[in-house]
Amino acid sequence: MLSINDLHFSFFTPAGEVRALNGVSLDVASGEVVGIVGESGSGKSVTASVITGLTQAPGRVKSGEVMFNEIDILSTGEKAMQKIRGGEISMIFQDPMTSLNPVFTIGNQLIEAILLHTDKNHKEARAHAIHMMSQVGIPNPEIRMKQYSHELSGGMRQRVMIAMALSCEPKLLIADEPTTALDVTVQAQILDLMKTLRSETDAAVILITHDLGIVADICDTVVVMYAGTVVERGTVDEIYDNTAHPYTRGLLDCLPRLDGDTDSPLEPIEGLPVDLLNMPPGCPFASRCKHTMNICLTTPSPEFELSESHTSRCWLHTASRKAEVRA
Amino acid sequence: MSLLTVSNLKKYFPVQGNMWNRKQVKAVDGIDLTIERGETLGLVGESGCGKSTVGRVILHLHEPTDGEIVYDGINVTSSSIKNLRNRMQIVFQDPYSSLNPRMTVGDVVGEPLDIQNTCQTRAERDERVLEQLLLVGLNTDHLTRYPHEFSGGQRQRISIARALAVKPEFIVCDEPVSALDVSIQAQVINTLIELQDRLSLTYLFIAHNLAVVRHISDRIGVMYLGKLVEVCEAKDLYLHPCHPYTQALLSAIPLPDPKAAKGSNRILLQGDVPSPIDPPSGCRFRTRCQKMKPVCAEEEPVLKEVAPGHICACHFCE
Repeated sequence: MLSINDLHFSFFTPAGEVRALNGVSLDVASGEVVGIVGESGSGKSVTASVITGLTQAPGRVKSGEVMFNEIDILSTGEKAMQKIRGGEISMIFQDPMTSLNPVFTIGNQLIEAILLHTDKNHKEARAHAIHMMSQVGIPNPEIRMKQYSHELSGGMRQRVMIAMALSCEPKLLIADEPTTALDVTVQAQILDLMKTLRSETDAAVILITHDLGIVADICDTVVVMYAGTVVERGTVDEIYDNTAHPYTRGLLDCLPRLDGDTDSPLEPIEGLPVDLLNMPPGCPFASRCKHTMNICLTTPSPEFELSESHTSRCWLHTASRKAEVRA
Repeated sequence: MSLLTVSNLKKYFPVQGNMWNRKQVKAVDGIDLTIERGETLGLVGESGCGKSTVGRVILHLHEPTDGEIVYDGINVTSSSIKNLRNRMQIVFQDPYSSLNPRMTVGDVVGEPLDIQNTCQTRAERDERVLEQLLLVGLNTDHLTRYPHEFSGGQRQRISIARALAVKPEFIVCDEPVSALDVSIQAQVINTLIELQDRLSLTYLFIAHNLAVVRHISDRIGVMYLGKLVEVCEAKDLYLHPCHPYTQALLSAIPLPDPKAAKGSNRILLQGDVPSPIDPPSGCRFRTRCQKMKPVCAEEEPVLKEVAPGHICACHFCE
């Protein structure tokens, strides 16, 4: 349904070119939940903004292709994009505090979205808004409709955002860190809600997060990003059980576990994230990797296919062919 | 004797209301805790439960409304705190706003030394500053740079160096790693543990991430709406959580393991944390608790020992 092909995106700043995305490819099928994992600066949110056409200067797509249901997003004009955005593709942002307008009531904002993207009249739109609010578990939706965002708690606001995002029956829902600003017990409520809604609609979901626990909880497939490249992708089980890329391994190892051994020190990934202004010529992770070989420093690794659904960008997978590589 | 004893600590903040009708946020509402020399006490809870306020009140960054804080036999009051500041320090959550952007790293780390008049000569001060930077894994080159030239993890190291400058025994770590990426988080946690061993420090470690707190702490206190609901050994908390809130908190954490995620029976708490302006009568957790009985509304449960070293405030705890 959504396919991104070799996308390159850069911010052209006075200090130089910040290469945010360096050849990202991604496929999302209908009804699938794809998790994008990575640290800050890995390009996960930029990917989302390219899909929704919300990129801003000085950022620019250098090359690549984004196809959504046979529509080329990158060449679609702003007018047409406004129809798609909020309609067929909708988004939930990280901070429910700032993504709702404080001077309009909740109801006003929900109805506005429905009126813009469907041919319902005002009365129908209102009824639909109330229905959506009760569906996401907001008690007394009629009263809540008349309230402003500051009268709602963080969890309630995020529910409103989800109701708004789902109100026009999107085919693709992009959730950018939907629970990061929430407490764990409220996060559990929202994740539970997303799971139920998932089984009720057939919308595809792209879930952007840095929390490997959330990914294990609700995603089908996982894409791990580092410095604007997809370093590993696979089904949830493949990523967690047959971790292939050293970066993914590092991410999993450096988490303190609830059931883990507390006497031995954590295994951090040494070093600092790569500077996107001066990208190294080889693998971007080479400077922090435990298994760096000569080839890593000079040539970026191609994508190695480990199984039908599992790929990894690391020269280690040629270990059996190491001699060949050295020669 | 314990290094720090806190008894019946209360901190209310005035909000809203007028002359006749004053309202107060009861951020911390009667807390007792002790910290032994050399141990790490972890404090967990959701936002607004008062965990950061506890840390700040202990250091007298906020004046307590009521209660007593005794540090190494000395009663901590607004007049005695000045002499105690070189024994008690704090590391703040946000490494971006807690460092003055106009001061060089050398000055940031040296400032506590200047205030406390610890060093007689300039050379002695510079040597002491450098010593701290080396301790946290930074070097001489960094002395003359400004905070904006550093990444989040490095800035947090600068904050730690600043706290260590006056050679304190006790450090309050107020969410020191929650603003950092996971790979950097592990580096900073390891540094904190190493420093504790080397300098025999005592920590009060405040965080909302249970896995992090469990890793670094010897004992853990769980807070809910300004009250301690459970205190026990770090290992016990995960194995034998006693209070229904602790149980729910533990089960709400998504585990980075798809098999565990599928098999888990999550305890889902309904609703949100009630307002600390007007907390529920009796047990504060009763509005969201699954074990709620009429007695919970009438009588406030007190902390009682359920096992050696394990205290819990619930009517239904054996």
